[in-house]
Amino acid sequence: MGISKIEERYDRNFNTLSHEEQKTLGTSKVVVIGLGGLGGSVCEMLARIGIGHLTLIDGDVFEPSNLNRQLLCQEDLIGFPKAQAAKNRVNAINSEVKVRYFIEYVDESNLYERIKDADVVMDCLDSIDTRFKLQKAAQKASIPIVSGAIAGVAGQVTTIFPDDKGYELIYGKKGQKQSKGVETRTGNIAYCAFFVAALQSSECLKVLLDRGDILRNKLLIAELWTNTFDIMDLV
Amino acid sequence: MIKIDLKLFVTLSKYLPDNSEGLEISEGTTVEKLILDVGIPKELVKLIFINGKKQNRSYQLKNNDRVGLFPPVGGG
Repeated sequence: MGISKIEERYDRNFNTLSHEEQKTLGTSKVVVIGLGGLGGSVCEMLARIGIGHLTLIDGDVFEPSNLNRQLLCQEDLIGFPKAQAAKNRVNAINSEVKVRYFIEYVDESNLYERIKDADVVMDCLDSIDTRFKLQKAAQKASIPIVSGAIAGVAGQVTTIFPDDKGYELIYGKKGQKQSKGVETRTGNIAYCAFFVAALQSSECLKVLLDRGDILRNKLLIAELWTNTFDIMDLV
Repeated sequence: MIKIDLKLFVTLSKYLPDNSEGLEISEGTTVEKLILDVGIPKELVKLIFINGKKQNRSYQLKNNDRVGLFPPVGGG
Protein backbone atom coordinates (compact mmCIF):
# COMPACT_ATOMS: atom_id res chain seq x y z
CA MET A 1 0.00 0.00 0.00
CA GLY A 2 1.43 3.39 -0.96
CA ILE A 3 1.92 6.33 1.37
CA SER A 4 -1.32 8.05 0.37
CA LYS A 5 -3.34 4.89 0.94
CA ILE A 6 -1.75 4.40 4.34
CA GLU A 7 -2.66 7.98 5.16
CA GLU A 8 -6.22 7.27 4.09
CA ARG A 9 -6.50 3.99 5.99
CA TYR A 10 -5.36 5.53 9.25
CA ASP A 11 -6.92 8.96 8.71
CA ARG A 12 -9.30 8.49 11.66
CA ASN A 13 -6.47 7.36 13.93
CA PHE A 14 -5.09 10.90 13.65
CA ASN A 15 -4.64 12.92 15.77
CA THR A 16 -5.39 10.61 18.63
CA LEU A 17 -2.21 8.94 17.38
CA SER A 18 0.61 10.95 15.85
CA HIS A 19 2.05 9.93 12.48
CA GLU A 20 5.20 8.93 14.31
CA GLU A 21 3.21 6.67 16.65
CA GLN A 22 1.37 5.13 13.70
CA LYS A 23 4.73 4.27 12.17
CA THR A 24 5.86 2.72 15.45
CA LEU A 25 2.78 0.50 15.47
CA GLY A 26 3.54 -0.51 11.90
CA THR A 27 6.92 -1.88 12.91
CA SER A 28 5.66 -3.48 16.14
CA LYS A 29 5.43 -7.22 16.72
CA VAL A 30 2.64 -8.61 18.84
CA VAL A 31 1.86 -12.23 19.65
CA VAL A 32 -1.73 -13.20 20.47
CA ILE A 33 -2.02 -16.47 22.38
CA GLY A 34 -5.49 -17.92 22.56
CA LEU A 35 -7.94 -16.97 19.81
CA GLY A 36 -11.28 -17.44 21.50
CA GLY A 37 -13.50 -14.83 23.13
CA LEU A 38 -10.68 -12.44 23.96
CA GLY A 39 -8.11 -13.27 21.29
CA GLY A 40 -10.45 -13.05 18.30
CA SER A 41 -11.50 -9.51 19.21
CA VAL A 42 -7.94 -8.53 20.08
CA CYS A 43 -6.81 -9.61 16.58
CA GLU A 44 -9.57 -7.56 15.01
CA MET A 45 -8.60 -4.42 16.90
CA LEU A 46 -4.84 -4.77 16.49
CA ALA A 47 -5.26 -5.33 12.74
CA ARG A 48 -7.47 -2.27 12.37
CA ILE A 49 -5.22 0.00 14.39
CA GLY A 50 -2.21 -1.00 12.31
CA ILE A 51 0.09 -3.33 14.26
CA GLY A 52 2.55 -4.40 11.57
CA HIS A 53 3.38 -7.94 12.66
CA LEU A 54 1.03 -10.39 14.32
CA THR A 55 1.72 -13.93 15.46
CA LEU A 56 -1.54 -15.79 16.14
CA ILE A 57 -1.57 -19.02 18.10
CA ASP A 58 -4.33 -21.47 19.02
CA GLY A 59 -4.57 -25.24 18.56
CA ASP A 60 -8.35 -25.31 18.68
CA VAL A 61 -11.08 -25.41 16.02
CA PHE A 62 -14.41 -23.59 16.23
CA GLU A 63 -17.33 -25.33 17.91
CA PRO A 64 -21.02 -24.32 17.95
CA SER A 65 -20.66 -23.21 21.60
CA ASN A 66 -18.18 -20.53 20.46
CA LEU A 67 -20.82 -18.72 18.39
CA ASN A 68 -22.25 -16.85 21.39
CA ARG A 69 -19.15 -14.72 21.96
CA GLN A 70 -16.17 -15.37 19.70
CA LEU A 71 -15.95 -12.65 17.07
CA LEU A 72 -14.21 -14.85 14.50
CA CYS A 73 -16.59 -17.78 14.90
CA GLN A 74 -19.34 -18.11 12.32
CA GLU A 75 -21.59 -21.00 11.31
CA ASP A 76 -19.64 -21.88 8.17
CA LEU A 77 -16.39 -22.05 10.15
CA ILE A 78 -17.42 -24.76 12.63
CA GLY A 79 -14.54 -27.25 12.65
CA PHE A 80 -12.16 -24.69 11.12
CA PRO A 81 -8.89 -23.87 12.95
CA LYS A 82 -9.15 -20.64 14.96
CA ALA A 83 -5.60 -19.58 14.11
CA GLN A 84 -6.23 -19.85 10.38
CA ALA A 85 -9.55 -18.01 10.68
CA ALA A 86 -7.77 -15.26 12.61
CA LYS A 87 -5.08 -14.95 9.93
CA ASN A 88 -7.73 -14.74 7.22
CA ARG A 89 -9.70 -12.12 9.11
CA VAL A 90 -6.64 -9.97 9.90
CA ASN A 91 -5.51 -9.95 6.28
CA ALA A 92 -9.05 -9.32 5.01
CA ILE A 93 -9.09 -6.19 7.16
CA ASN A 94 -5.50 -5.16 6.59
CA SER A 95 -3.42 -6.92 3.95
CA GLU A 96 -0.37 -4.96 5.08
CA VAL A 97 -0.16 -6.85 8.37
CA LYS A 98 2.44 -9.59 8.26
CA VAL A 99 0.84 -12.58 9.91
CA ARG A 100 2.34 -15.80 11.20
CA TYR A 101 -0.14 -18.31 12.56
CA PHE A 102 0.30 -21.57 14.40
CA ILE A 103 -2.40 -24.20 14.84
CA GLU A 104 -0.99 -25.50 18.07
CA TYR A 105 -1.43 -25.28 21.83
CA VAL A 106 1.30 -23.67 23.87
CA ASP A 107 3.36 -25.08 26.72
CA GLU A 108 6.96 -25.00 27.94
CA SER A 109 8.14 -26.69 24.73
CA ASN A 110 7.15 -23.92 22.30
CA LEU A 111 6.28 -20.75 24.22
CA TYR A 112 9.71 -19.15 24.31
CA GLU A 113 10.37 -19.85 20.64
CA ARG A 114 7.03 -18.35 19.58
CA ILE A 115 7.30 -15.14 21.60
CA LYS A 116 11.03 -14.38 21.73
CA ASP A 117 11.04 -11.70 18.99
CA ALA A 118 7.85 -9.95 20.07
CA ASP A 119 7.42 -6.50 21.58
CA VAL A 120 4.28 -7.51 23.50
CA VAL A 121 2.46 -10.77 24.17
CA MET A 122 -1.32 -10.77 24.52
CA ASP A 123 -2.47 -13.36 27.01
CA CYS A 124 -5.92 -14.41 25.85
CA LEU A 125 -5.62 -17.91 27.28
CA ASP A 126 -8.38 -19.81 29.07
CA SER A 127 -6.11 -21.79 31.38
CA ILE A 128 -4.57 -20.40 34.56
CA ASP A 129 -1.65 -22.82 34.68
CA THR A 130 -0.74 -22.02 31.06
CA ARG A 131 -0.71 -18.33 31.98
CA PHE A 132 2.04 -19.10 34.52
CA LYS A 133 4.00 -20.94 31.83
CA LEU A 134 3.61 -17.96 29.53
CA GLN A 135 4.92 -15.61 32.22
CA LYS A 136 8.00 -17.78 32.68
CA ALA A 137 8.74 -17.71 28.95
CA ALA A 138 8.05 -13.96 28.72
CA GLN A 139 10.40 -13.29 31.63
CA LYS A 140 13.12 -15.26 29.88
CA ALA A 141 12.51 -13.31 26.66
CA SER A 142 12.13 -9.96 28.52
CA ILE A 143 8.75 -9.25 26.95
CA PRO A 144 5.75 -7.61 28.63
CA ILE A 145 2.43 -9.46 28.79
CA VAL A 146 -0.99 -7.87 28.55
CA SER A 147 -3.35 -10.26 30.26
CA GLY A 148 -7.13 -10.49 30.16
CA ALA A 149 -9.50 -12.92 31.83
CA ILE A 150 -13.28 -13.21 31.88
CA ALA A 151 -16.07 -15.05 33.66
CA GLY A 152 -19.72 -14.32 32.94
CA VAL A 153 -20.00 -10.53 32.80
CA ALA A 154 -16.88 -9.94 34.90
CA GLY A 155 -13.39 -9.39 33.61
CA GLN A 156 -9.94 -8.31 34.61
CA VAL A 157 -6.92 -6.85 32.85
CA THR A 158 -3.34 -6.35 33.95
CA THR A 159 0.03 -5.74 32.33
CA ILE A 160 3.02 -7.73 33.51
CA PHE A 161 6.61 -6.66 32.89
CA PRO A 162 9.45 -9.17 33.09
CA ASP A 163 10.53 -8.11 36.60
CA ASP A 164 7.03 -8.23 38.06
CA LYS A 165 5.49 -10.96 40.20
CA GLY A 166 2.52 -11.02 37.84
CA TYR A 167 0.08 -13.90 38.05
CA GLU A 168 1.20 -14.92 41.52
CA LEU A 169 -0.37 -11.69 42.79
CA ILE A 170 -3.68 -12.57 41.15
CA TYR A 171 -3.98 -16.34 41.39
CA GLY A 172 -1.60 -17.08 44.28
CA LYS A 173 1.36 -19.45 44.16
CA LYS A 174 -1.00 -22.40 44.12
CA GLY A 175 -2.59 -20.98 40.97
CA GLN A 176 0.15 -22.65 38.97
CA LYS A 177 -1.60 -25.94 39.55
CA GLN A 178 -5.04 -24.54 38.83
CA SER A 179 -6.42 -24.86 35.34
CA LYS A 180 -9.75 -23.04 35.43
CA GLY A 181 -11.49 -20.28 37.36
CA VAL A 182 -15.19 -19.71 37.94
CA GLU A 183 -15.82 -19.23 34.21
CA THR A 184 -16.54 -22.97 34.07
CA ARG A 185 -19.71 -22.17 36.03
CA THR A 186 -20.59 -18.73 34.66
CA GLY A 187 -19.82 -19.20 30.98
CA ASN A 188 -18.83 -16.04 29.10
CA ILE A 189 -21.01 -13.36 27.52
CA ALA A 190 -20.05 -11.72 24.20
CA TYR A 191 -20.12 -8.09 25.29
CA CYS A 192 -17.91 -8.82 28.27
CA ALA A 193 -15.37 -10.64 26.09
CA PHE A 194 -15.35 -7.75 23.58
CA PHE A 195 -15.05 -5.21 26.37
CA VAL A 196 -12.09 -6.89 28.05
CA ALA A 197 -10.44 -7.46 24.65
CA ALA A 198 -10.79 -3.71 24.00
CA LEU A 199 -9.10 -2.90 27.30
CA GLN A 200 -6.30 -5.34 26.45
CA SER A 201 -5.82 -3.77 23.02
CA SER A 202 -5.60 -0.35 24.65
CA GLU A 203 -2.96 -1.62 27.09
CA CYS A 204 -1.01 -3.12 24.19
CA LEU A 205 -0.89 0.23 22.42
CA LYS A 206 0.16 2.09 25.53
CA VAL A 207 3.02 -0.32 26.13
CA LEU A 208 4.15 -0.13 22.50
CA LEU A 209 3.97 3.68 22.47
CA ASP A 210 5.12 4.20 26.08
CA ARG A 211 2.16 6.46 26.59
CA GLY A 212 -0.68 6.82 29.09
CA ASP A 213 -1.26 4.92 32.32
CA ILE A 214 -0.33 1.26 32.20
CA LEU A 215 -1.91 -1.33 34.50
CA ARG A 216 1.43 -2.46 35.87
CA ASN A 217 1.04 -4.11 39.28
CA LYS A 218 -2.59 -3.08 39.05
CA LEU A 219 -5.68 -5.08 38.21
CA LEU A 220 -8.55 -3.43 36.40
CA ILE A 221 -11.69 -5.23 37.45
CA ALA A 222 -15.05 -4.81 35.79
CA GLU A 223 -18.40 -6.36 36.70
CA LEU A 224 -21.16 -5.39 34.34
CA TRP A 225 -24.31 -6.34 36.32
CA THR A 226 -23.33 -3.74 38.92
CA ASN A 227 -21.36 -1.35 36.64
CA THR A 228 -18.33 -1.80 38.85
CA PHE A 229 -15.09 -0.57 37.31
CA ASP A 230 -12.16 -0.48 39.69
CA ILE A 231 -8.41 -0.39 39.44
CA MET A 232 -6.86 -2.30 42.35
CA ASP A 233 -3.27 -2.07 43.55
CA LEU A 234 -1.70 -5.52 43.54
CA VAL A 235 1.39 -4.44 45.48
CA MET B 1 -18.73 -2.41 66.51
CA ILE B 2 -17.41 -0.97 63.23
CA LYS B 3 -19.03 -0.60 59.82
CA ILE B 4 -17.68 -1.75 56.48
CA ASP B 5 -18.90 -1.80 52.88
CA LEU B 6 -18.77 -5.31 51.45
CA LYS B 7 -18.86 -6.21 47.75
CA LEU B 8 -18.84 -9.78 46.50
CA PHE B 9 -18.21 -10.49 42.84
CA VAL B 10 -19.13 -13.06 40.20
CA THR B 11 -20.01 -16.38 41.84
CA LEU B 12 -19.55 -14.93 45.34
CA SER B 13 -22.41 -12.45 44.93
CA LYS B 14 -24.99 -14.98 46.10
CA TYR B 15 -23.43 -14.84 49.58
CA LEU B 16 -23.89 -11.07 49.87
CA PRO B 17 -25.76 -10.17 53.08
CA ASP B 18 -28.73 -7.78 52.78
CA ASN B 19 -27.03 -5.02 54.72
CA SER B 20 -23.73 -5.17 52.86
CA GLU B 21 -23.31 -1.40 52.81
CA GLY B 22 -22.55 -0.32 56.33
CA LEU B 23 -22.29 -3.93 57.49
CA GLU B 24 -21.72 -4.02 61.24
CA ILE B 25 -18.93 -6.26 62.46
CA SER B 26 -16.93 -6.57 65.67
CA GLU B 27 -13.79 -4.52 66.05
CA GLY B 28 -10.69 -6.60 65.32
CA THR B 29 -12.47 -8.86 62.81
CA THR B 30 -10.07 -10.22 60.20
CA VAL B 31 -10.96 -10.83 56.56
CA GLU B 32 -10.66 -14.56 57.30
CA LYS B 33 -13.32 -14.26 60.01
CA LEU B 34 -15.53 -12.08 57.82
CA ILE B 35 -15.47 -14.72 55.07
CA LEU B 36 -16.46 -17.34 57.66
CA ASP B 37 -19.21 -15.17 59.19
CA VAL B 38 -20.77 -14.32 55.83
CA GLY B 39 -20.78 -18.03 54.98
CA ILE B 40 -18.56 -18.06 51.92
CA PRO B 41 -16.62 -21.30 51.47
CA LYS B 42 -13.12 -19.95 52.03
CA GLU B 43 -11.57 -21.78 49.09
CA LEU B 44 -13.78 -19.77 46.73
CA VAL B 45 -12.12 -16.45 47.64
CA LYS B 46 -9.03 -15.71 45.58
CA LEU B 47 -8.54 -11.94 45.71
CA ILE B 48 -9.13 -9.59 48.62
CA PHE B 49 -9.14 -5.85 48.08
CA ILE B 50 -9.46 -3.34 50.91
CA ASN B 51 -9.92 0.27 49.85
CA GLY B 52 -8.57 -0.62 46.40
CA LYS B 53 -5.43 -2.40 47.58
CA LYS B 54 -4.71 -6.12 47.66
CA GLN B 55 -4.61 -7.53 51.19
CA ASN B 56 -4.39 -10.95 52.75
CA ARG B 57 -6.82 -12.82 54.97
CA SER B 58 -5.14 -11.79 58.21
CA TYR B 59 -5.89 -8.08 57.58
CA GLN B 60 -7.81 -6.58 60.52
CA LEU B 61 -10.77 -4.60 59.26
CA LYS B 62 -11.16 -0.95 60.21
CA ASN B 63 -14.16 1.33 60.36
CA ASN B 64 -15.38 2.42 56.88
CA ASP B 65 -13.18 -0.07 55.02
CA ARG B 66 -14.38 -0.96 51.53
CA VAL B 67 -13.98 -4.70 51.08
CA GLY B 68 -14.11 -6.52 47.74
CA LEU B 69 -13.82 -10.29 47.42
CA PHE B 70 -13.24 -12.11 44.12
CA PRO B 71 -13.14 -15.72 42.99
CA PRO B 72 -10.48 -16.82 40.49
CA VAL B 73 -11.30 -15.59 36.96
CA GLY B 74 -9.42 -17.27 34.13
CA GLY B 75 -11.58 -17.52 31.00
CA GLY B 76 -10.40 -16.30 27.62
